[in-house]
Amino acid sequence: MTTLTGTVLADAARAQALTAVPATGALKLSWLLLAFPLFGAAVLLLGGRRTDRWGHLLGCAAPVAAFGYGVTAFFTLLGDRDRSQDQHLYSWIPVAHFQVSVGLLVDPLSICFVLLITGVGSLIIIYSVGYMWHDSDRRRFFGYMNLFVAAMLLLVLADNYLVLYVGWEGVGLASYLLIGFWQFRSSAAVAAKKAFVVNRVGDAGLTIAIFLMFAEFGTTSLTGVFGGVRSAGSGVATALGFLLLLGACGKSAQVPLQSWLLDAMEGPTPVSALIHAATMVTAGVYLLVRSNPILALAPDARMAVAIVGTVTLLFGGIIACAKDDIKRSLAGSTISQIGYMTLGAGLGPEGYVFAIALLLSHGFFKAGLFLGAGSVIHGMDDEQDMRRYGGLARFLPVTYVTFGLAYLGISGIPPFSEFFTKDPIIDGDFTEHGTGGWVLGICALIGAGLTAFYMTRMLLMTWHGRRRWAEGAHPHESPPVMTGPMILLAIGSVGAGAFLIINDRLQGFLAPVVGVPPVPHGLFSTAGIVALVLALAGIGLGWVMYGRVPVPATAPRGSFPVVAARKDLYGDAFNESVVMRPGQWLTRLSVYFDNRDIDGLVNTIAAAVGGTSGRLRRIQTGFVRSYALSMLFGAAVLVALLLAVRL
Amino acid sequence: MSPVHYVALSVILFVIGGVGVLVRRNAIVVFMCIELMLNACNLAFVAFARMHGNLDGQVIAFFVMVVAAAEVVVGLAILMAIYRARRSASVDDASLLKY
Repeated sequence: MTTLTGTVLADAARAQALTAVPATGALKLSWLLLAFPLFGAAVLLLGGRRTDRWGHLLGCAAPVAAFGYGVTAFFTLLGDRDRSQDQHLYSWIPVAHFQVSVGLLVDPLSICFVLLITGVGSLIIIYSVGYMWHDSDRRRFFGYMNLFVAAMLLLVLADNYLVLYVGWEGVGLASYLLIGFWQFRSSAAVAAKKAFVVNRVGDAGLTIAIFLMFAEFGTTSLTGVFGGVRSAGSGVATALGFLLLLGACGKSAQVPLQSWLLDAMEGPTPVSALIHAATMVTAGVYLLVRSNPILALAPDARMAVAIVGTVTLLFGGIIACAKDDIKRSLAGSTISQIGYMTLGAGLGPEGYVFAIALLLSHGFFKAGLFLGAGSVIHGMDDEQDMRRYGGLARFLPVTYVTFGLAYLGISGIPPFSEFFTKDPIIDGDFTEHGTGGWVLGICALIGAGLTAFYMTRMLLMTWHGRRRWAEGAHPHESPPVMTGPMILLAIGSVGAGAFLIINDRLQGFLAPVVGVPPVPHGLFSTAGIVALVLALAGIGLGWVMYGRVPVPATAPRGSFPVVAARKDLYGDAFNESVVMRPGQWLTRLSVYFDNRDIDGLVNTIAAAVGGTSGRLRRIQTGFVRSYALSMLFGAAVLVALLLAVRL
Repeated sequence: MSPVHYVALSVILFVIGGVGVLVRRNAIVVFMCIELMLNACNLAFVAFARMHGNLDGQVIAFFVMVVAAAEVVVGLAILMAIYRARRSASVDDASLLKY
């Protein structure tokens, strides 16, 4: 009961905080955040070959400018931190009782995302200048990247679920274009299509959620919905919670909609970095955290969110342990880390702030890892198989050091990022959700061990041990335009966690939006120490398996779990047998039904009409005098009838 | 004044006309029979108008004459065209428009 009262009180405080005031001062120009990358995308995509020579410079300048403005806005907001500023841009759909205005909500939560998207996004785009140097379609690539950033910014800045949905779909479109950037490879084209289709499944959830909001509250604005949901009862809140979870599952690659993310590795490596670190997969977590007033009233939905997160973090971790392709292993890792964030969002006020902290620090180290992997792939002539690497540390020293720092960031070793951001989420499991929380917490602890294991495996297979290179490989360090962003990201991945968590910096900053954890966390909780022990055990196991003994250049056959993990734990096979095949049967059945029954009915009617008229037309003899006779008869009958009626 | 004789004459004329339309093959004769039927009607109209002492029936008789004249103009023109094309004015021969 006390927790319930606490929740209600926190809600009331939040409701007060969420009444956004009209934007003033520097924040009046917050539309510039969208305008810069949109302008970049428009010029690059519409400008044609004329922009080929300087296109990449504009492609970098636009997000950097947006980042510059984002920093200004951040410090303006820091000056008066209790407020969120809403800038009304224009009225989009003004219909009698349905008013949708396009507005940008700059508040602590959205500005965090703005800084992550534009900051990490800019670094990745600058890196792409080097990575995509030889690609003849470079200009189009930078156009899409800018479009991606613009769509994601619209998503996080929208003050209205309908506008958010525009950004949501924009992100889906841009990811489709970028995953399939090398569309001449059929695997890339298929992967892009798969990402789009799987995302549509999740989008359906968000779409229906917006329908429901409109039907129940008559508005889709954030404030309107959060105000309405309090008086609407728990049924509506629970329904909305589950629908939003479905939406988040699609975008954030949570089980059961995780399958697209592993195939999305078909895109160029900077795209993977952008999708995994700054945009796209963070959108689902953002949606859940942003909708925290809805989740607060729907404990069942929150429990489901936590369960989905837990299943996903184990799922991704197990896949990452077995993959030999460096990018796919990292993709598994992302699925697992996003699982942690979703789990954090499922914990309620206990976890929101740590989910965001993990998301921000994950942005740094995952971008660093992907860019490092890209640098290796670049130096090894597009070889992605870690079994063909080995002993690269001497040849790519800068990449090695930045990759190593990102490795420390993700492994959960103090004092690096993940130790600060992940352990409170694990600890929170044991206090929230009762007995079920213990199960979730133990799974999350196992996940911590898995994380350390697969990262150690990746580190050792790529950088240490004997060389297993393909014939004629000449690994070389990447140019400064690529290593520069990697160094900056490495600094971020080392320090971000400590910076955000120590002194409750992020917690204090985000409190007006997501509330404060009811129980304050010490830096070293019991669960945190167990997680640390498990992480060290994972590192030790990784060294025993891949450091002490040489790694074979061809993959051994492996036991059943290894084979299963290599096949994405049969995620595709599951989709194929549960969704695709029944769908095909249904199609065939309906085609059969259509051909036999629907068409049969129509054809029967047509044949009956045709046959009857074929006989009836024999009446038309062309014999004029018989027509005259029938007219006479007709007239006689008519007269007889008239007389009969009159008499 | 009793209209019985007039109506009887009208009926006789109408029946002659009707039988003529049904049994004759020559289109011109058929036409003449149709005129006969129309005029039988006219006779009945005029007779009843006279009996009731108003002009309605007589006015209608004029209308019928005008319509009959117009009908003859169109009908004879069609007849001419058919005769030129087929060298025959028999209505039984002109039976192409059929099933």
